[in-house]
Amino acid sequence: MSARQPQPRGRMLLTALVGLILTVLPLPEWLAIARPAFLVLTVIYWSIAAPRAGGLALGFAAGLALDVFRGAVLGQHALALTTITYVAVREHQKIRSKPAFQQSLILFGALAVYEFIVFAIDGWSGHPVTTPLRWIHPLTGALVWPLAAAVLERSHGAGLRAPAD
Amino acid sequence: MAVFGTGTSRPLPGRGPSPGFRFTIYAILSIVLMFLDQRRNYLEHARYYLSAVAYPLQLAVNSPTAAWRWLEESLATREALRAENVQLRERERTLELRTLRFDALARENAELRGLRTALPPLVDHWLPAEVVNVDLNSLGQQRMLVNRGARNGVFKGQAVMDADGLLGQTLHVGPWSAEIILVTDPEHAVPVQITRTGLRTIAVGGGDAESLALPYLPANADVKPGDLLISSGLGGVFPEGYPVARVTEVRHDAVQPLAHIRATPLARVDRAREVMLVWFRDDHPAAPASASASANSESNSESKDLKNGNAALLPQRAPPKTPAAAPAATTAPAPSPAPAPGSPSAVARASGGAPAPSQERPQ
Repeated sequence: MSARQPQPRGRMLLTALVGLILTVLPLPEWLAIARPAFLVLTVIYWSIAAPRAGGLALGFAAGLALDVFRGAVLGQHALALTTITYVAVREHQKIRSKPAFQQSLILFGALAVYEFIVFAIDGWSGHPVTTPLRWIHPLTGALVWPLAAAVLERSHGAGLRAPAD
Repeated sequence: MAVFGTGTSRPLPGRGPSPGFRFTIYAILSIVLMFLDQRRNYLEHARYYLSAVAYPLQLAVNSPTAAWRWLEESLATREALRAENVQLRERERTLELRTLRFDALARENAELRGLRTALPPLVDHWLPAEVVNVDLNSLGQQRMLVNRGARNGVFKGQAVMDADGLLGQTLHVGPWSAEIILVTDPEHAVPVQITRTGLRTIAVGGGDAESLALPYLPANADVKPGDLLISSGLGGVFPEGYPVARVTEVRHDAVQPLAHIRATPLARVDRAREVMLVWFRDDHPAAPASASASANSESNSESKDLKNGNAALLPQRAPPKTPAAAPAATTAPAPSPAPAPGSPSAVARASGGAPAPSQERPQ
């Protein structure tokens, strides 16, 4: 399969770039709080849809980019994002076979884990943000997921439903 | 390790090592990065170059805003421009008048201090910078990006102001851009002084664009809504005497030993389009404590001291007082007319004209 179908590396980078832009686009404050982590969603999508195309490397790079843009401790988002990317790559078949609603639930769990790792490192590195508002974006991320997945699917044709093995 | 390495029940037949192995590598790499970045500022150089890489993208994100501003400016009507021109001219005249008086005051001040000549102006030079409209903030943070960087001589820990007051200081400096941490960021603290009483304390950012908190004042401290807070010059970044904020709310809770005091920043934190990066004359008595600033620059804003929490701008040792600087000490206001009774720390603050900064540490 992977021999016949070329890995969508170019599209991965392009969509990740779009995701990053959506992440740093200035928004009014109330909207910025609810903003889903578009880049994280994109990385998860690719690690499910094309698990062999180097999702982990993409996750690490995207995490570093987030660190730079957010002025966080270098490696913070990188670690969180590689962790959930790894889980997504490992379980890509299970996640792929689920209906959209269950996928959203799984995504909620993954984003919550992501946020928890970021939160833990925030605390460890001495700038704890304790407001409960930070737990909103896993929710919005899960809500946006079906839409985001559909858009990303169109971007490369094969999609989540195509058998990969 | 074993879990990651062998846990894949369905090994992926792709190229290269297994995802578990790769994950381990990346995870270790991230953790090492975090240690290096956190413990010592080993990665300041890496950050410098990474911010250079990020800058084009940030500019791209900013471009719609920039285009809109350009359009707005180029489509301004003749009438509007004329009106603005008249307004500016009037303002300039007012400021000129005030400056005339200022010269006289400076001379008078010099005479009073027994100096032979008036002091040179405190601001050596300044550089206007435009705000790049990019969302840098994680939740609760108050940061902004401006389009000047190390290539323009901007350095880390430099004071940033707008026409109304202190705005913040530079946090990370890239070649063409600099990230500014605003006075309202919860990780930013600025040593301030209440003009009415001379009471010194620390103003910590409140996490939104409209508030600062004064968390270290005892419940009986003499603070009222409307009090003006100016920088006290102790932190090593901001010089003495610049307006910072105005107190808006003072609440006393009978149970709490400390008062609950909030203030609004005078600088237009959320609407700033243009900011000023300022260089101060080192030899001026009101300059930020530069002797210790160099020693302290490391701990200024970057290294987060776990024990002290906001170590960003805790007061630091005063510079060795040279005879020239001695008059500065006397400019500290006279003892407060009504020092808050019963509170040793408040008395210590208010009664010593220029107390040793060690007394200023929050209890």
